[in-house]
Amino acid sequence: MRPAAGRNQLLILIPAFNEAGAIAGVIREVHEVLPNVPVLVVDDASRDDTYQRAKSAGADVLRLPYHLGLGGGVQAGYKLAYELGYDYVIRVDGDGQHDPKYIPDLLKTLRDTGCHMVIGSRFYQNNGSHTSLVRAAGIWFFRLVLRPILGKPVRDPTSGFVGVNRQALQVFTGSFPLEYPEIEALVVLQRRKFKFQEVPCRMRPRKTGRSTITAVKSLYYIFHVLLGVFVNVLKFEGRRRKE
Amino acid sequence: MERLLNAMTVLSLVLMAMVLFSVRRSHIRVEYSVSWLAAAVILLLLSRSSFALEWIASELGLTYPPLALILLIVCVFVIVIYRLSVVISDLKDANIAMAQRLAIVEFQLQSRDED
Repeated sequence: MRPAAGRNQLLILIPAFNEAGAIAGVIREVHEVLPNVPVLVVDDASRDDTYQRAKSAGADVLRLPYHLGLGGGVQAGYKLAYELGYDYVIRVDGDGQHDPKYIPDLLKTLRDTGCHMVIGSRFYQNNGSHTSLVRAAGIWFFRLVLRPILGKPVRDPTSGFVGVNRQALQVFTGSFPLEYPEIEALVVLQRRKFKFQEVPCRMRPRKTGRSTITAVKSLYYIFHVLLGVFVNVLKFEGRRRKE
Repeated sequence: MERLLNAMTVLSLVLMAMVLFSVRRSHIRVEYSVSWLAAAVILLLLSRSSFALEWIASELGLTYPPLALILLIVCVFVIVIYRLSVVISDLKDANIAMAQRLAIVEFQLQSRDED
């Protein structure tokens, strides 16, 4: 993959762990929507053929030496994108849940509004997206928690279909949550007075594999993310006091 | 109480010997042996000074001095374990950053070869 040629260059980032069944289809779909945009798959030490299938489908693949988890993989991709000079990075999950036809909407919002982060939201308009009951309950809970912290409502805080500009990219290369990063990342940006927007999109059921957030893990997820949110709030206050 | 204090003396001496032996064999780094050695010395001093123990117990409002010893042991080990958690967290952060850097360097070398 070459460094970004000129300004306003976009990179599509696809974190993947054991997504051999879906990854090639996702890359093909992205190429159909955006034929000339580079696609970077971050292979988080998959045990299946994710690496080979992503390469065969025409993506560049950043292969991690051992499993870092979603946040570690996404941050590795952000670091590479930043070093290569990309101005915009849009993350699409490797399991096929995110429909690439919405990528141009996310990019347009990033470019036109000047916001630092854009979220593909399945709840922005009622569009019949697939969401499990457990996840819907979690999303409802975190909407309530985040509302006073962010100072504005966020409809789909757990969405991984996100785009960031270069300023946010720079922040994330230094500070990015390692586990369940979506909600904490919002707080990391908000603490720096960065802006985010939501864009309506439709989420599909995953093509293969299982969600990382199972019913059993839900309580741990809620506790972990809540702690991460409040730690990020405290971190910022500490920094301000020092200044 | 005397038997308990004697047992604590033996325990602290064993802990000290274990740590020094491990440092000598390079099983534990010197900077991480300091916490354990400090813990062992504190235990040794307290177990040999019943006056100090009784004073601490009275300050804490405890009528049974060995309780103060147990409380102090718990405090000392909580501090040591907390310090180890900080060290592990630092190591994990450094390890993740190194793994990411390794992946990026490998990627860039591979891209250069393909060009």
